[in-house]
Amino acid sequence: MIAAAAFYLFAAVLIAAAVMVVTSRNPVHSVLFLILAFFNAAALFLLAGAEFLAMILVIVYVGAVAVLFLFVVMMLDVDFAKLREGFQRYAPVGGVVGAILLLELLLVFGTWQFASDAAGFRLNPAPAGVDNTRALGRILYTDFVWLFQLSGLILLVAMIGAIVLTLRGKTSTKRQDIAKQVARSGSVNLRQPALGAGLGAIGIERPPVEPPPGEKPRQVEHAGHGHDHGHGGHH
Amino acid sequence: MLNWTLALPEIVLGVSGLFILLGGVIPKKESFFPVSMAVIGALILAAVLVLGQGEGTAFLGQYVADNFSRFAKVLILLGAALGLLLALDFNEKAGLGRFEYPVLMLFATLGMMVMVSANDLMSLYIGLELLSLSLYVIAAFDRDNPRSAEAGLKYFVLGALASGLLLYGASLVYGFAGTTNFDRLADALSGDDVGTGVVVGLVFVLAGLAFKVSAVPFHMWTPDVYEGAPTPVTAFFATAPKVAAIALLMHVLIGPFGDLSAQWMQVIWVCSAGSMILGAFAAIGQRNIKRLMAYSSIGHVGYALMGLAVANDTGYRGVLVYMAIYVVMNLGTFAVLIAMRRRGRALEQVEDLAGLGKTDPAMALWMAVFMFSMAGIPPLAGFFGKLYVFLAAVQGGFWTLAVIGIVTSVIASYYYLRIVKVMYFDAAPDGALDARPASLTVVMASTGLLTLLFFLFPAALIGAAQVAVASLAG
Repeated sequence: MIAAAAFYLFAAVLIAAAVMVVTSRNPVHSVLFLILAFFNAAALFLLAGAEFLAMILVIVYVGAVAVLFLFVVMMLDVDFAKLREGFQRYAPVGGVVGAILLLELLLVFGTWQFASDAAGFRLNPAPAGVDNTRALGRILYTDFVWLFQLSGLILLVAMIGAIVLTLRGKTSTKRQDIAKQVARSGSVNLRQPALGAGLGAIGIERPPVEPPPGEKPRQVEHAGHGHDHGHGGHH
Repeated sequence: MLNWTLALPEIVLGVSGLFILLGGVIPKKESFFPVSMAVIGALILAAVLVLGQGEGTAFLGQYVADNFSRFAKVLILLGAALGLLLALDFNEKAGLGRFEYPVLMLFATLGMMVMVSANDLMSLYIGLELLSLSLYVIAAFDRDNPRSAEAGLKYFVLGALASGLLLYGASLVYGFAGTTNFDRLADALSGDDVGTGVVVGLVFVLAGLAFKVSAVPFHMWTPDVYEGAPTPVTAFFATAPKVAAIALLMHVLIGPFGDLSAQWMQVIWVCSAGSMILGAFAAIGQRNIKRLMAYSSIGHVGYALMGLAVANDTGYRGVLVYMAIYVVMNLGTFAVLIAMRRRGRALEQVEDLAGLGKTDPAMALWMAVFMFSMAGIPPLAGFFGKLYVFLAAVQGGFWTLAVIGIVTSVIASYYYLRIVKVMYFDAAPDGALDARPASLTVVMASTGLLTLLFFLFPAALIGAAQVAVASLAG
């Protein structure tokens, strides 16, 4: 009784949240409703006795994927108003496509027949006395450990490949070099002002004035000139 | 039980790959050479372990070790080690001396070993994917060169398509036979009334694997990828992965689908004849020697598949002998191609070999040996390779296929002999080639001697192939 009530509660909240994901105007709200939907789906898994899947759903989808979505939505300046611009124009086509799909789904469900022993397979329980986390672990880490580890290697190769094809040296990154910072001189002056004297008395200190901008290019030009001469000399 | 110690060669290779990767990442300066040496060491260690490996199945039937897998693995490891040796000098000069290259080659080799030891459609796919993913990356390794990037991308897109075909076929086979394990598949498919679904699935699996061995009509990617990829990568592509894919094809067709041979023989027949014909005619007009080698390798796959189309033990033995000789000849040829460098620039045209007979007689001699051998002129090794598959075809009554094979090998000898003619009878336009590094000389001389002197000791290889085939069919 309580389980049934909980199921209907979670399912109703899940569907409402899913609808809100699609319809809400603010993309950040959409992502937050998505997180709500994930939590309710996890609760449904718990009710079905699949506690491992429930935890994975929370950890992977809420913990990583949804946060990534949120991050992307906030970082990228996507103009959602513009995305919705053609809504009125495309609505009829979308509606027709949706209706056809719905009709087909109804047809499929109308004519669907389960194999006579399908129910036995579908509700195939874990061996008695083994909870499903342990059963999953046995499959992944014992029965299929060979394939599982090799799949890990495939992912490693994919990672190496992505790095080797895109990483370019360290020329473009700026790193903080603390020793260089400390050893830097000339930009900061330490002095002991008279007690009580404010800025009015000592004035604002500025770094030594650099040579006017006109000076430098001329020097470079001069150097270039000399180089030219040297080059000519070789000829 | 799991019996995991049986897979020791793969486990040792994989773990040493991880440690080598770590050893390459940590030092500040580039560590291409030491990492390459470590990888070659790991490959040799794996080969020793393979030779001492027991027989049986492991990991609940997902892994099998027998004489057939041992033969293929030793050949693969040899090809990979020599292929890496070919890359040492070239990569340094081309600015590709990054330590990821040998590491990726190691993982590709691991994928090949998993493939030939696969006893389940799932481990087959995982091994194939580990191999392919590494190959996609090293095809594009010269990332600033648009042709290399194009080769990598083209290979990736078409390879993904082939993987899709293979998976679709595997899912059909699983759906209709109810298992992915090779032994149980063989049981399930032994009856008379095998459903059409399984046959359709088999054809899709065949299409996916034919792509990997670049057999006609799934060969389209080969010339572009071979031409665009850096030459040592091409050398690697043309040797070890080909052996692995052919061995896998044999294992799949003879093991689980052995009772469907009437179905797949026709497919293999068409692939074989098409590859031989295309390999003979399309290479004639090629000026770029890497493209020429691509078509040549398509033709060679056609000859190897001829032995498979015969579908008896003599034919299978012919395939193994052919692939072993093919790997040796190809490695030697590519050692010569990699040594083609004038004033620091790598050369790829056939005309660039002009006058080699005078400027570098030793290299020209080895190249002539490889070309004559590829053309199938006795008493070089290539002749024996062809002899055994042709014999098997004739004995099995496959006269049409044998005649196509003989005619196409006569046509193909035109472009092999043209290279010899260019080397010895054309004047050198541009002076001598640069001095070649010792590593290339080692590969050239060792593979050249094997090719040249094979007729003195054919029994060793043929005996090993015989034993391998016996374990496969038995």
